[in-house]
Amino acid sequence: MATEQPFFHIEDLHVEIEENEILRGVDLSVKRGEIHAIMGPNGSGKSTLAHTLMGHPSYEATAGQVLFDGEDILEREPNDRAKLGIFLAFQYPLAIPGVSTLNFLRTSLKAVKQKEISAREFRKHLLEKMDMLKIGREFAGRYLNDGFSGGEKKRMEILQMAVLEPKLAVLDEIDSGLDIDAIRAVGEGISSIMHPEMSIVIITHYPRILHFVKPDYVHIMVDGKIRQSGGFELAEELEAKGYDVLLDEVMVASSET
Amino acid sequence: MAVTEQDIQESKRVYKEKYGFADPDQAIYKAPKGLDPDRVIEISQMKNEPEWMLEFRLKSLEIFNKKPMPKWGADLSKIPFDDLSYFVRTTEKQGTTWEDVPEYIKDTFDKLGIPEAERKFLAGVSAQYESEVVYHSIQKDLEAKGVIFLSTEEGLEQHPELFRQYFGTVIPSADNKFAAMNGAFWSGGSFVYVPPGVQVTIPLQAYFRINAEQMGQFERTLIIVDEGAYVHYVEGCTAPVYSTDSFHSGVIEIIVKKNARCRYTTIQNWSTNVYNLVTQRSAVYAGGVMEWVDANLGSNITMKYPSVYLMEPGAKGDILSIAYAGDGQVLDAGGKAIHVAPNTSSKIISKSISQHGGRTSFRGLLKIYKGAEKSKSAMRCDALILDEASRSDTYPTIEIEEEQVSLGHEAVVSRIGEDQLFYLMSRGLGESEAAGMIVSGFIEPIVKELPMEYAVEMNRLIQLQMDKAVG
Ligand SMILES: Nc1ncnc2c1ncn2[C@@H]1O[C@H](COP(=O)(O)OP(=O)(O)OP(=O)(O)O)[C@@H](O)[C@H]1O
Ligand SMILES: [Mg+2]
Repeated sequence: MATEQPFFHIEDLHVEIEENEILRGVDLSVKRGEIHAIMGPNGSGKSTLAHTLMGHPSYEATAGQVLFDGEDILEREPNDRAKLGIFLAFQYPLAIPGVSTLNFLRTSLKAVKQKEISAREFRKHLLEKMDMLKIGREFAGRYLNDGFSGGEKKRMEILQMAVLEPKLAVLDEIDSGLDIDAIRAVGEGISSIMHPEMSIVIITHYPRILHFVKPDYVHIMVDGKIRQSGGFELAEELEAKGYDVLLDEVMVASSET
Repeated sequence: MAVTEQDIQESKRVYKEKYGFADPDQAIYKAPKGLDPDRVIEISQMKNEPEWMLEFRLKSLEIFNKKPMPKWGADLSKIPFDDLSYFVRTTEKQGTTWEDVPEYIKDTFDKLGIPEAERKFLAGVSAQYESEVVYHSIQKDLEAKGVIFLSTEEGLEQHPELFRQYFGTVIPSADNKFAAMNGAFWSGGSFVYVPPGVQVTIPLQAYFRINAEQMGQFERTLIIVDEGAYVHYVEGCTAPVYSTDSFHSGVIEIIVKKNARCRYTTIQNWSTNVYNLVTQRSAVYAGGVMEWVDANLGSNITMKYPSVYLMEPGAKGDILSIAYAGDGQVLDAGGKAIHVAPNTSSKIISKSISQHGGRTSFRGLLKIYKGAEKSKSAMRCDALILDEASRSDTYPTIEIEEEQVSLGHEAVVSRIGEDQLFYLMSRGLGESEAAGMIVSGFIEPIVKELPMEYAVEMNRLIQLQMDKAVG
């Protein structure tokens, strides 16, 4: 585990969508090489946080800051954030009909790395990553996410992460809709991409994926705020008890002190 | 996405620079303005035509005068018929080498990249400037196999019987007002004949250039693909940007005989002061295949519905079209499939994009006559609207007189979604690049049908538009 200063730091982040406050003061610090899991009930604001970190135009940060390598990125365009090394694996990846996965990813890599890369060189790079993630090569020629199954879309998100080599990956429910073998494949894929200079924030409802992508910290978000943080055991406790019981205990504990 | 005046001006500037430049008017003959019958007689005399053609022209003019303006489609009430010149000659002699062509005209075609394309990937070229073809060529080996690729006037002169057998049979002048107008004033266009079994594997291209202000151009093309033969004919067009309007009304007749195949590709990129009203129709016989690939980017108003008449069993027709309308443009396009014989099949697929207040309309007609049993047809139109100021409509018509047929019809209108843009931007693409990628993907199913060189050009034209479109 890394010990240096957090390179990714969220402080008192408040976010509104169409004038409804969804995030109500999120704090989170991530160091290089760390994996943080965020869990929480439906509608608690996890995807809102993910979208805000990537710069979705409908999400307005009304207070707080998000520091990446010491710089507040909240005013930056999504593509600038991608260039800084931030990556979001979408809970619901979008289809781009008519654009092959290969063409899309080559354009994307050129944009992120801000340099030319020959078609031949890129093809090699992509096929290597596909083989590593056990994704059929035929997906390179298919239109991006067009007609893909739910699970295939999730695996393409991981492929994109492997190709773009981000410094910080936010994975929003990368395990939802996956069959048991696919969770293993995706989980192992993520850990093979992970390296000591990279950080991951993984949003999930189930501890299963966390057996492959072992978090250093687990956070529980409820109602737009992180209410509880702990180690891996928190995820398991949550699975055993459910949010209601666990959060009641938290409330009791905090009122007793 | 908000549209600003600046975006619009910028996209116009790009057209003007690349295609919209004008040569000084150096015509050697320019007909006085207006639709007088004397003009028709004059054209016929200047072309030394046989008597029957003069009669055809005069009869057509009569029909034109009698027929009312179409009441559907785009607004045609502002066409300045009396201010247009209907015949402009720029040279006495048609060239077969570029050296034969007046220098300023050659320069224009050089700027448009025609001689270069001819050297690189074409089997033959016809270049029309104002009312007449000024240059044409065809590869020697094709000529040796009996392939004919001439201007329409030369076709009439050199192959009078073949010409007369087919001319006006697929689109009679009585078909519609503008076909009649073309019948009266036609000038230029191509005459193509491909003998039985001959495969012309690389495209023939015709390029149409209007240079003069306020003129009417009336290309007339006749293509006969004999049994088992194949040809791909590509046409392109551009014009200078003027504040006055010009007019282009073509008639394209194609005969696809038994087991023959013809592909006709249009990349229409007129300046936005040109009215473009074109009738394109093909008669397809047993087992024959006709494919129209129709891309409309330019013009002020376009009304154009390439048609297939499936005359004998097994005939097949595909009509693929793209329309891309910007500021002030009304592109009314689509296709018609008429099934006359059993076991015939057709596909009409259209993709349209509107931005900057442009307007696209899809008009599709599918008609299956009694007796055309076991016929199949699918009609599909997708519209992509890029901003609030723009608009798209669909007008499908389906008339079926036979029960045993298989039909599909689908229409989808969409806008570029914020989420789609966000997804691409989160992968490093700038906003205009992201929008350009979505648009290229949208038209990809049709663009991939274009020869590679045209597909590249098409995507480039669209990215140029997009760069200015997203602010
Ligand atoms: N456009 C919007 N207008 C109003 N409320 C919205 C809008 N978009 C999202 N919300 C609300 O914001 C809240 C948080 O949604 P979010 O998608 O972040 O939840 P989540 O924690 O990711 O849930 P899940 O586990 O179901 O994915 C929800 O109550 C949702 O209804
Ligand atoms: Mg969510």
